[in-house]
Amino acid sequence: MLTVLTITICVGVLVGSLLAIVLDSLTSAVVSAGLASLFASVLYVLLSAPDVAMTEAAIGSGLTTMIFLYTIKKTQGVKKEVLK
Amino acid sequence: MIKRFFIALSLIILAGTFAKVVYNFVPNTELTNVAKHYVQHGTQELGATNLVTAVVVTYRGLDTLGEVVVLFISAAGVGLLLRRRKNDLVTKEEKRTEPSFLVQSVAEILVPLIFMLGAYIFLNGHLTPGGGFQGGAVIASGTMLLFLAAPYKHLNHGVLTALESISGFAYVLIGILGVTLLGAGHFIDNRFLPLGELGTLLSAGAIPIIYIIIGLKVGTELSVVLEDMREE
Repeated sequence: MLTVLTITICVGVLVGSLLAIVLDSLTSAVVSAGLASLFASVLYVLLSAPDVAMTEAAIGSGLTTMIFLYTIKKTQGVKKEVLK
Repeated sequence: MIKRFFIALSLIILAGTFAKVVYNFVPNTELTNVAKHYVQHGTQELGATNLVTAVVVTYRGLDTLGEVVVLFISAAGVGLLLRRRKNDLVTKEEKRTEPSFLVQSVAEILVPLIFMLGAYIFLNGHLTPGGGFQGGAVIASGTMLLFLAAPYKHLNHGVLTALESISGFAYVLIGILGVTLLGAGHFIDNRFLPLGELGTLLSAGAIPIIYIIIGLKVGTELSVVLEDMREE
């Protein structure tokens, strides 16, 4: 049962990471990278490393995603102004 | 065409290297010498029930100091490069869109709870999983929610900078206190305070103090980084 769960979560990490590479929309790519991080943090809990899981959940899927989103918002604005 | 060929070639070489590593992988059945010492004597020597904390704060305290310095330098770099210019602020005042009522009211309820959880994580760092870094990151995510709910309010940089500097200074000071009280080779040692009863909140010597300092430092640093990225 645990093996099945672990494999499912591993597939989740892979799918999230692949989506982050493949997707054209930057926002969606960032969100899928955050999703991969979230799956990875569950995986850390299963591997009995709760300390790492906390860091991964808070920084990997929370703060990093947010910082990327802010950056995308700012840089896209600049791009449009330059193009005009 | 040549580019693609080289990409494929380097991928095959990479895969070959990793295949060899995976093929020859034998999981360790025993702990290595240092790890054995940590597991067997860590709890008695340092009085922390969470062994990870004992290793991170005391045995490997110097590495943790390095991590804190790295985080400090990156926060300082973000602050330096994305410094707020005063005339930018005026132009941005024009189009304001307030966040929805739902976000605002949920943030009002959740933000204090998230801050409390962060404080709980670093206060209990020596007892339960988690510690200064994790608690600080949780506090910073609380700040993030605050930013979402109130996009036009600013943090008080003076207070945050003061808190960050004081905690960084205090961390090094506690490290040196170990050297002066216990002798050479005890930099960042928690044992200059009594170890107390195993498993209680006020135990494990200076570990709770060190983790409160690290938690405050990481929390304020990450919040300031978020603020800098947001306002730019």
